[in-house]
Parts: sequence; structure tokens; C-alpha cells
Amino acid sequence: MRRPRLLYIPFWATLVFLYAPIAVLVVMSFNSGDSAYTFEGFSLKWYGVLAENERVLDGLVNTLIVAAGSTVLATVLGTLLAVGLARHTRSRSLDAVALMPAVLPDLVLAIGLLMFYGLVQFTLGVTSVILAHAVFSMAFVAAVVRTRLTGADPSLEEASRDLGAGPVTTFVRVTLPQLTPGIVAGALLAFTLSLDEFVIAFFTIGNLEQTLPIVIYSMVRFGVEPQINALGTLLLLVSFTAVIIGQRMTRIGEARAQD
Amino acid sequence: MTTSRGRHRLGALVFLAPGLTYIVVLVLVPLALVLSFTFFQRGRFGGVIYEFTTENFARAIDPLYLGVVGTSLKIAALTTLIALALGYPTAYLIARLPRRWKTIALIAIVLPFWTNFIIRMYAWIILLNGPGLVNSGFELFGLGPYELLYNQGAIVAGLLYSYLPLMVLPLYAAIEKLDPQLREASANLGASGFTTFRRVTLPLTLPGVLTGSMFVFVPSFANFVIPEMLGGGKTLMVGNLIRNEFLKARDWPFGSTLATALVAVLVLLLLAQAWAARRA
Amino acid sequence: MFRSRFTRRLPAVATVAGLALAVAACGGGSSDSAETAPRATAEQLDPNADLTKQSINITVWDGYTPKELPEKVKEKLKVSKMNVTLHATNEEAMTKLTVGGDSGIDVAFVSGQYAQALNEQGLLEPIHAELIPNLANLYPEATQLSYDKGNKYSVPYTWGTTGICYRTDLVKAKPTSWNDLLKPPAWAEKKVTMMTTERWLALPALKALGYSVNTDKDEEIAKVKELLVQQKPKLLQYDDTTFGDKLKSGEAIMVEAWDGWCPTTDEKKNIEFVVPKEGSDLWVDTMVIMKSSKNKEAAHAFINYVLDPEIHSWAAENINYKVPNKAAMEKVQVPEGSLLGIKPAELLNGESIIDLGQASTKYTRMSAEVTAR
Repeated sequence: MRRPRLLYIPFWATLVFLYAPIAVLVVMSFNSGDSAYTFEGFSLKWYGVLAENERVLDGLVNTLIVAAGSTVLATVLGTLLAVGLARHTRSRSLDAVALMPAVLPDLVLAIGLLMFYGLVQFTLGVTSVILAHAVFSMAFVAAVVRTRLTGADPSLEEASRDLGAGPVTTFVRVTLPQLTPGIVAGALLAFTLSLDEFVIAFFTIGNLEQTLPIVIYSMVRFGVEPQINALGTLLLLVSFTAVIIGQRMTRIGEARAQD
Repeated sequence: MTTSRGRHRLGALVFLAPGLTYIVVLVLVPLALVLSFTFFQRGRFGGVIYEFTTENFARAIDPLYLGVVGTSLKIAALTTLIALALGYPTAYLIARLPRRWKTIALIAIVLPFWTNFIIRMYAWIILLNGPGLVNSGFELFGLGPYELLYNQGAIVAGLLYSYLPLMVLPLYAAIEKLDPQLREASANLGASGFTTFRRVTLPLTLPGVLTGSMFVFVPSFANFVIPEMLGGGKTLMVGNLIRNEFLKARDWPFGSTLATALVAVLVLLLLAQAWAARRA
Repeated sequence: MFRSRFTRRLPAVATVAGLALAVAACGGGSSDSAETAPRATAEQLDPNADLTKQSINITVWDGYTPKELPEKVKEKLKVSKMNVTLHATNEEAMTKLTVGGDSGIDVAFVSGQYAQALNEQGLLEPIHAELIPNLANLYPEATQLSYDKGNKYSVPYTWGTTGICYRTDLVKAKPTSWNDLLKPPAWAEKKVTMMTTERWLALPALKALGYSVNTDKDEEIAKVKELLVQQKPKLLQYDDTTFGDKLKSGEAIMVEAWDGWCPTTDEKKNIEFVVPKEGSDLWVDTMVIMKSSKNKEAAHAFINYVLDPEIHSWAAENINYKVPNKAAMEKVQVPEGSLLGIKPAELLNGESIIDLGQASTKYTRMSAEVTAR
């Protein structure tokens, strides 16, 4: 367990690099002045301004709807896909196809979907973004669940089948319980990816609704807005809590799987 | 035997069909649309004329656009290299930390990734701006102000900030798996620390290096938001070019051609990466 | 090995591609015919339609209409719902309005040349003047705008010009010419910004060289490119949206700006606006009604309501935009330092930017060449 001291230099450099902007964000969110650069005194006023910003609140609601919808869709499709790929085929090209949406540049997927929705005359809105987000989320869920599957013991499933259970029964009774931690982790990943997704939503959201990242984008484009600092701080707090909860749940899941 | 095989087929259908259908309809068909639009033409005022033409390809092979691809390759490669230089030692150290600290360090690396992407870039604007905090810091020492924002350096900083965790995580996974006995054996055989690293550790973690590099390179190469926000519109990357053709020029066929070219460049790079990984 | 696998997969690839082509060809029919017959015939509208059964969805720039407009409209016109969505730029609005299908938007606010492009693609409902009696409030000049003479498919909401906005306390000499911006003196280096939208990016150089803002001559556009390439190293950034803030913070001291966005009424009184001596443009932000709208009577009633002097004067009084509405402007007290005093006749000296059709791609390319350097 030797840790070369020299390694601490890039390690701390990385952490400073990662946290300097965050620190600025958090400190400036409590600024009582309007300036983005000078701290004039402690105040919660930007949180108040934020709380009254209906656009942000609407955007938040839409973002949560999109994230929830696409997560459900992606988790179901991705889990089935992972099991199918691991247990029912040996095709490596199918593997590649399943992973493709995760590797494809978001911009290319975004314009492809925009063209597709346009040609089939699908009205752009929350639904079109849910469907679009589920595309890449599904690939991530499938990848995470697959890692879990390779660790799982296939002999249990074989035993179940030998005892006369059909593939669906085997899946529900034997495979699924083993996979739960993987599915939870995949769903969490899908949810967070959707929460922050900008490019695809930007191209496929339509006129009537906006997701939070798009609202933030247009706020930032119109100049310095101290309430953005407050929003960033709140999002950080929520993410932090989510990480902790996620960590706990995975650990409980693992403990249960071992029972 | 036949029934078991039949059941197997049924299983494959039940499990594979929904996901694969979804991918065909919402990924392959849209991609094929992008591909097919490369053969059409922009209408006079936007819109599309559905007549076969190869003119878009002639337009795309142009020193102007090749130059933009070059700039994007340069910026993405630089970002990847710095990410590797910072990420490898960081991942190496984390892998050697005690279990408790390991988890905390990993969360610390990923956490900034979980605030909003645009807000993270906004924080960089505040930091690097003319009257921003970095310049105020320099001022204390009687230096500056420097021009830190609205140039390619700022773009690299922004890309690095966005994708560094994607470098650290695969590297960590690769280094973590290493058997410490290998290094001990190497040391016992008289190899210096550096030789051990070069001959043992690095080759064994190379797949992690390649995966991490791909995770950083691909989104950097195709980015358009960061060059726009931190580059002050003065640097054109492939992503900006495509976005402009779609949103500003309303030239979907030519935008599709450029997008196809982007995918082609990435596929070539991925093939090269796969080839390198096989040789490693 | 690779080859055999590839050839085995080829039929699947071909099928998908063929499918997509078929979809494209079918879906394309409508857009293709729109090219040949841009101006569709007007639908019969009922002047006595029951507006309580209709709703109004508009898309507009942030802060461009009064916040309380939806409530007022609902109360006054008795429509069932009024929904406001925001776009940051013309381009964003255009993408969603032209993608096909029903965008859900009844009334869109876009600049003149974009209204023209929408109309050319057959996406706009002609304006039924008889449903908008308040059109009579407009200045006569506002019915003679070159992108849409006679307001056939668009109604002007605000208008103005483009010039140089600058900090009086930080410039060593007041700018008078576009060349002050294009060839900034040493004291202004890295402290000037230009717009990103390509036609406005080209405007200062076109005017400085004495060309039309609507030129499609390759050699003229090439000269413009040369000027812009020379200017680039001396720029702070290309910026369409935050130049006002940049001036206030002092990061920029001279910027290309639309008059309405130049903060001349800032309390510090250190910002002024000038239309350079070589001349400039006349820009118009318009209201258009989408052909796909299911609430066309309500949309006309909405535009009529906006043209009411009480409502229309809001833009002049609160966001410092001149409105092409004589009755509204007569109500407005012009504060000191405001640019609202510019008269319609002076504005008409400016040249309207129109959509150049195929030639507009020359500007796209020119702007790519400049920014890629």
C-alpha cells in the first residue's frame, strides 16, 4: 500500500480544479449585491428571487417529469435488453448496437431525432424529450445491469429452467432479484443523466415547455444573473443528498443480495 | 432438445425485441434520415428539396471545413491529454487509499459533475472574466489583468472540467484491479519504481487509459455549447458548424452532411482505438 | 472476417436506409409543394367567432411583452387560455416553427426577414386586415417595409436600427464611423464586440464599404470577409445577447448594438448610441400568425389588442423600444438620453435586411470563414 508522495500534487490539483468554480458559485450565491465578482455581504435575497422565478419552477417540473418518464422507460427496456444480450444471444454485433446510443455524439442523435419527429409530424414537447432521453439512458441501464449479470450465477437460472419454469417465470423469480442492485444503480444513472441533459432536449423540446437546463441556458445567455449561483448551489445540495441515498441503497441492496 | 431451443428463441424475442425495436425506430431510422438528407438540397428559404444530388459532398470537402475539423481535433486531443495527465495519478492514488477514503475521494471526483452543466460553465465565466476572480487574484501580486476568457484555452478548461470525471473513473477501475503482487515481484526482481510502472502497471491499465480517453475525446470533439459560452464565438468547432447549419442557415441537408462526416471521423478514431487496444 | 460480417449485415443496413428514404420522400411532399406555391390562399375566418372556445399561444423574446399580458388578454378577449413561451433568438424560434407538424404556436414574434422566410415556406396565415382595425394606428411608413409591403403576412411590433453603443467615459474619441469599430484604435483593442448573427455581423463592413446590406455579389462579400478577419484579433468576443452588460461592467467599451438594447438610460449616464455616418439598417420585429394555428380568430384579436395604444406603448415606456404605432408613440414621454426620439422618417433611411434565399448561404459561409480563423 505504498502511495508515492509525488502523486498528491496532481491529486490535489485535480480537486482544486474541480472545486474552485463550485466554491465561487456557493459563496456568491449568498452575495447581497448585484455584482458577479465582488462579495458585498451575506444575504439570502437571490434565493428569494429564485423562488419567485416561475420559469425556473416550470422548467424544474418539466425536467422532473422528463427524468421520471425516461427513467421508467429506459429501466424496463434496458433491463430486458441486458438479460436478452447476456442469456439469449451470442451476437457481438447486437451488443454493439445496444451500446451505440451511449457512444453516439449527442448532437448527431439530437438532429436525427429532430428530423425524425418532423417527418412523422410528432408534436415536440415533454413526450418527445422523454422518448429521446430514454434512447441513451436505456443503453446505460443495459450496460450497468449487464455488469451485474456477468457476476450473477447462471446455474441458478439453469436449475429453474430444468425444473420446468418458463423464461418469464425464471426471469421474474430468479434473475430479477439477483439484478435488483444493478437495476437500481442503472435507474439512478438514467435519472441523473436526464436531469442534466441539454443538447438533445434543446433540439427536441418544442415551443410550449422547457426543461430546466434550457431555461438556465437562456438565462446565462442574457448575461450575469446572480440567481443562477443560488440555483447551482441548490442543485449541488440535492445531488449530494441523492448520491448519499444512492450509496446507501446500493449497499443495502448488496447486503440483501448476499443473504 | 427442440423444445428447449424453441423456448430459447421465445426468450430471445421477449427480452431482445422491445429494446432493439426501440433502437431501430429512435436511433437507426433517425441516423438513416441524417444519412439520406446528405443527398438532398436546401430549399431557397430553408426547408428541403427532395431531389437527389451529391453537391453537399463537394461543398463539404473544402479547406475551410477541414480546418475546422483540425481545430476540433486539436482542442479535443489537448483536453484528453491534460485529463490523462491529471486523471492517471489521481486515479492511481485513489486506488491505493484505504477503503473508506476511497469512496469519499470517488464521490468528491464525481460530485461537481452532478450540478447543472451550463451552471458549471457559468461559474467558469465568473472565474475567468476580465474583472473576474482569477484576475483579482493576480492583481494582488501586481500582475495582470490577463485575457483568460474567450479563447481556446478557456474552451479546453471548460471541456476538461466537464469530462475529467469520465477519465478518472475508468482509470480507477483499471488500476484497482491490478494485483499488487505483480508490482512487488517486479520490485523484488530489481526493477526501479519507474521501470515497474512502465513495464507492468501501464501496459495492464492501458485498456482503462483508452476507455477514459474515448469518454473525454468524443464529447469534447462534438461539443458546441462550451466553445460558444467560453470561446466567445471566436473559435469554430465541428459541433458549432453543424448547429449553425441547422439553426442559423436552416440548411438541414448540408448540416446532415457535416454530421455524417463527424460520425465518420469518430468511427475512424474508434477503429484506431480498438486496433491499439488489441495490440496492447 | 470483417468483410464477411459486414456483407451479412449489409441487407439490414440497406433496409433501414431505404425505409428512411421512403419516410423522407412521403413527408417531403408537403414541403416541396410549398416551395412552388409560397403564398397559400386565405382561410375564411369568422369575425364573430366565439373566442371563449379558443386559446392563444405565443412565442416571444424574454421580456419583450408585459408580464401581465396573459391576464389582460384573457380578461379583455375572453379567450380560454393564454400561454407565453420564450425564445432567445430568431434562429431558435425558426427551428421549432419550421420542423413540420403543428408547433402549437398561434402567434410568433420574429424579425422581418424571418417572417419573410416563414411566408416563403408557406407556413404563415395571411393577415386578415378586416379583423385588425387597430392597424390604422400604425405609421404610414410601417406599411411600406421592404420584406412585406402592405403588411400582407406580418404586423410590425417594434422597430429600430443598428449602431455603435459605447461608454462615454472610457472611449478616447466618440465613434462616428463603422470603421471605428472595424479598425479599433489601440485603446479599444480587445474591448469591442460584434454580433454573431451573420447578416448583422456583415452589416458594419457592408456599410463602411458603401455596399447594400442585401448584396449577393461574391466580390463584395469577399471584401467584407477581409475586413472582419482583420478585425477579429482585436475583438473581445462575438455577442448578440450580453453586449449591454459588457458595456456596463466595462469589459467592453464599444459594441455593435441594436438601439433598443443599448442601455443609454442607465443611471450612470455614461452610455451613448450613435448611428454611424455611413448609414445602417432598419430592423423590424413582427408578429405573424401560423398557418397551423387552430385559433386564428383569437390570434387576430390578440394582434389587434397589442396594437391598442395603451398596450403597445408599454414596449416604448418599459423596454425602450420604438413602436411603429403613431397613436402609441404620441402617448409616450421620451426621457432624457432615450433613443425613442428617433423619428420614423429617419428610421426609413436605414435599409431593411431581407432574406436573400439561396444567396443567404454565402453569408453563412463568410461568417464560418471569419470565425474559423
